[in-house]
Amino acid sequence: MNKYRVIFIGALATVLFAFFLLVFVPHLQLVSVAPPAGLKAYADSELAGRREYVSLGCLYCHSQQVRAPGFGSDNARGWGRASYPEDYAYDYPHLLGTMRTGPDLMNIGGRQPSRAWHYAHLYQPRAMTPGSVMAAFPFLFAVKDQAQMGDEIVDLPAGVGPAGKVVVALPAARALVSYLLAMKHDYPAGPGAEAAAAPGGSP
Amino acid sequence: MSAAPAYLDSPPPDVAVAERVAADQSTRRPALLFFHSAVAWLVIGSVLGLVASLKFQFPDWLTGEAALTFGRIRTVHLNAVAYGWAGMSLVGLAVWMVPRLVRAPLYRPGLAVAAAWGWNLWLVLGLGAVLAGWNDGLEWLEIPYPIDAIVVVAGGLMAISVLGTVARRKTKHFYVSVWYVLAAMVWFPIIFATANLPVFGGVEQAAVNWWYGHNALGLFITPLALAGAYYFIPKVLGRPIQSYSLSLVGFWALAFFYSLNGIHHLIGGPLPAWLITTSITASVMMVIPVAATAVNFHTTMVGRFSALRYSPTLRFVVAGSMIYTAVSLQGSVEALRGFNRIVHFTHYTVGHAHLGVYGFASLILFGCLYFIIPRLVDWEWPSDRLIRWHFWLALGGVAIYVVALCTGGWLQGEAMLDAGRPFMDSVSLTRPYLIARSVGGTLMLAANVIFAWHYWLVVRRRGTERMEPAWSAPGALA
Repeated sequence: MNKYRVIFIGALATVLFAFFLLVFVPHLQLVSVAPPAGLKAYADSELAGRREYVSLGCLYCHSQQVRAPGFGSDNARGWGRASYPEDYAYDYPHLLGTMRTGPDLMNIGGRQPSRAWHYAHLYQPRAMTPGSVMAAFPFLFAVKDQAQMGDEIVDLPAGVGPAGKVVVALPAARALVSYLLAMKHDYPAGPGAEAAAAPGGSP
Repeated sequence: MSAAPAYLDSPPPDVAVAERVAADQSTRRPALLFFHSAVAWLVIGSVLGLVASLKFQFPDWLTGEAALTFGRIRTVHLNAVAYGWAGMSLVGLAVWMVPRLVRAPLYRPGLAVAAAWGWNLWLVLGLGAVLAGWNDGLEWLEIPYPIDAIVVVAGGLMAISVLGTVARRKTKHFYVSVWYVLAAMVWFPIIFATANLPVFGGVEQAAVNWWYGHNALGLFITPLALAGAYYFIPKVLGRPIQSYSLSLVGFWALAFFYSLNGIHHLIGGPLPAWLITTSITASVMMVIPVAATAVNFHTTMVGRFSALRYSPTLRFVVAGSMIYTAVSLQGSVEALRGFNRIVHFTHYTVGHAHLGVYGFASLILFGCLYFIIPRLVDWEWPSDRLIRWHFWLALGGVAIYVVALCTGGWLQGEAMLDAGRPFMDSVSLTRPYLIARSVGGTLMLAANVIFAWHYWLVVRRRGTERMEPAWSAPGALA
């Protein structure tokens, strides 16, 4: 090739075609996706927790997408119904994830609704799940001689945590757990969801 | 036109040599600054990679500070090696190569120097932000988008310098390496800007995220690394690349198919099926450019494999090119739904990524640097032995790494698909493979540190002055 116009225009054409097909057309298709009636917008504390989730890099080990039955065991594991685009209507940034070093968290709030469990698990994952390789997050907690008004004390198994002291959740841990508990996508969604939700509709 | 077009429009040999010397003089400052920075980022990035890997064996190690948590160390590792090491050395390679190929000194080298400083500033601020807890939350795009403005300016300055050089070219013909460099300069700004636009959300953002994530490799790292291989294989062998037509096929097929890759990272996810299928199809079609490039390189090499004993450049570049074929075919298979269903959420993907960025791109880059640096610092690599250690540790390390993670990842995926097995099975069965990953990673780190040490020696012009390049036997390449 001896014309750089050919290279430039060709390179530009290929990438713009890809942009059109993979960015613009999906935008047209997805822009009209409305949040389902059962999906609540995040509360402020949950959003703060979501920011912690991003900041600490939870997404590198946990996905937030449940595969349809027939394409994996997600449903059989009790991880919830298959996810649909509308489940993510309030998500910015998206946190779909690509790894399951740990389990999917799309419905962790339903599966594990105990705030105390999450505190203890974040403080020392192996105290709650033997054999876990999850990072411990002790810096989300403070160690005190005794708890004060308003403190959320972390209930740790014997032998875990500093002896004779109390471990309390810092605001970051509280927010993160609020977010995890809000991860419940059990309302109807997907094709036929509106019909199923309407009175007299077939399930 | 029966013969392949000339490698360069051929000036008389003495003119050609004088022009290459002049070209190297014009690129010396910016290219060296890019390379010095890249080597520093390589060491930083690979230390952090090993730390992240060891955290799977010692999950309670370095947990006292948020900055040292796995999620942040891993992220800084990825960005440091992808944008610091690979990115900066590839740009340095382009800055060095283009003036030689178009027979014109680098236009306004000061702009390229400023670009290198800007690129470093972007990474220092961006990775500092990630460590402090501020990131965009998107894989491969973690550096906060306001900070990304710095690299946009830096890239623009570099583009003025390189395009200004091309505008002043003395050749009529563009060699294939220049096609790849010019195309990457069109592609990367467009995908990078699109992916950083803060206008997408939900699953749409996931699609844009992975269109970018995959094409940071496909439309930036790959074309520039191939540009290096296309330059050095014929250069070291002293014969033209086998087929001009195959180069054309390889280039345009890559342009068309690679750009449509990416959404297969979301197979099984809540996105329109047609979108994912498009990327799967494009990923399989990548076999065409990959085969064209592989045949072209291989037929150029045939009958001359003995030269691998005498040229560190050739050995690294040829090994990297062969791994390019392997990793691309692996990627095409990995994108098929039946295969992907098993390996999708597993360490298999991490193994594949390292085979690509380290086995393919980094080996080619090492080879390029073995050729370029002595010409820029006027000093030969002082030690034959260090180069040998570097090569075998890098190759052995990445082999252990990739075999361990692909095997462990496959088993992990099978365990996850079996609802009868507890999830923890998929964690505990990967333990030995993750230990092997740390071993492979240690060898890769050792290779990188040896290279960085040797790099330091050559740029400081240490050791005795050599008249012959490292590894050369008299008459070996005659």
